[in-house]
Amino acid sequence: MMDQAKGQSRARKIKARLFYLACLSAIIISLGALAVLLTDMFIRGFGSLSLSFLTSFPSRFPAKAGIKSAIFGTIWMMSLTALFCIPIGISTAIFLEEYTGNSRLAAFIKINISNLAGVPSIVYGFLGLAVFVRALSFNRSVLSGSLTLALLVMPIVIVSSQEAIRVVPRALREASYALGGTRWQTIRRVVLPSSFPGIVTGVILALSRAIGETAPLIMIGALTFIAFVPDGPFSEFTALPIQIFNWVPRPQAGFHQVAAAGVLVLLGIIFFMNGIASIIRNRFERH
Amino acid sequence: MKGTDVTEQARVSIKNLSAWFGEHQVLFDINASIRDKWVTAIIGPSGCGKSTFIRCLNRMHETVPGARMKGRVLLDDEDIYKSSVDPVSIRRRIGMVFQKPNPFPTMSIFDNVVAGLRLSGQARRVNLNEIVERCLKQAALWSQVKDRLKEPGAGLSGGQQQRLCIARALAVEPEVLLMDEPCSALDPAATQRIEDLIFELKKNYAIVIVTHNMQQASRISEHTGFFLNGELVEFGETSQIFTTPGDKRTEDYITGRFG
Repeated sequence: MMDQAKGQSRARKIKARLFYLACLSAIIISLGALAVLLTDMFIRGFGSLSLSFLTSFPSRFPAKAGIKSAIFGTIWMMSLTALFCIPIGISTAIFLEEYTGNSRLAAFIKINISNLAGVPSIVYGFLGLAVFVRALSFNRSVLSGSLTLALLVMPIVIVSSQEAIRVVPRALREASYALGGTRWQTIRRVVLPSSFPGIVTGVILALSRAIGETAPLIMIGALTFIAFVPDGPFSEFTALPIQIFNWVPRPQAGFHQVAAAGVLVLLGIIFFMNGIASIIRNRFERH
Repeated sequence: MKGTDVTEQARVSIKNLSAWFGEHQVLFDINASIRDKWVTAIIGPSGCGKSTFIRCLNRMHETVPGARMKGRVLLDDEDIYKSSVDPVSIRRRIGMVFQKPNPFPTMSIFDNVVAGLRLSGQARRVNLNEIVERCLKQAALWSQVKDRLKEPGAGLSGGQQQRLCIARALAVEPEVLLMDEPCSALDPAATQRIEDLIFELKKNYAIVIVTHNMQQASRISEHTGFFLNGELVEFGETSQIFTTPGDKRTEDYITGRFG
């Protein structure tokens, strides 16, 4: 008996150990890949990073090439994308969670929104080209690009906001109703403040996804050689990932360096955005 | 049922009240009267419909998906289920304290107390500092929190949180106060404080309290209603229910033979 029990406990310990090692190697592989990628980009691109790289327009000569128009294009596009997808996405989530109940139609819509999050981005590119560029004649403008990206990341905003709203305890809503709060007052004063950290996380994730998207922008015809800063929503534009995409296939080694430098800038912006998201989250979760 | 004077001084009258969750009926034809400046205790085993009963009195029952009711609930002779009545205005007049303390986690102590006023937009017309002090004093919490009104309400102990919820309910100046097992999550000392508080509050309000604790019911209430399987088995003066119950089932329950 004793031996058998001992043997079992030994087998259990070995299994636990194996599982631990499996998890450890998984994290080493994924972090390792990321580290290799970052180091590679850093070695190649760091030399090209300079103030003039950030403040120059693209050029035929790698040494003179900069990303000013791409940075401004990205800022323009992200601002407009945020403007479109945040209010619509959060409102949709509120409507689905607070107003629709459990009807079949609501369940059908919810499932399809989750499905939309998995649709390849190139498909959104087609949609943007057909609707915004052609049908609505916004042409190859910042506006067309932002609307396309807003549609692309809207499901992420909706689903994460829905999840954040869903975990607000029923007891808190009841407390508000019992104090004579209407449904809207309850949403505005109780549900949204409680779900705010989750919603912010979703929004930042969505925008981080949007900022790196290339395929849909190529579809709608964002240009790669733009030597001016967009002057409005209807201006033609380029963006960081497109600029990088344009430099990478060129034969000159110099362009590969500036492409790597562009990647570093893009990563920097994404890390910055994620940093802001965690600060906001920590601030509000302390309560 | 005893005493014609009961209906004469009734603040809330419940007439032929039945309630359902979906197809499942949880209350059967309840008739009762809640008297002003008295405490009415609702006792009975778990799942007998006590909570549903008091949630029908301020139209909270209908906030649960699939829930419905039939019958009449009169507040000062006005049917609160009349189609012209806004449930929101009823919940202002009939306040509620829940089983588990549920202060708003994103708000400070101060903001929790005035949350009801802010919800309705009344906050601009009144002196909030005065109201916060008055309600926290009424809830016997003022001396413990007066120096940290800006701190989050969730940082208080369970008993303090429950008194904060009571203060929050009082701030909207209800006429009737419903309490759904307000002490069940609290230790004996905190329970004692809430009971003292109820004793003070009944000078101004009609109070209905659901409780699992029979000693508590006999200590604090003038009226007691005994629920069993969705029926109001017996309703009358507490002293009589606990000494000479009219129904065998009441007697069995209060002597601890079941439940």
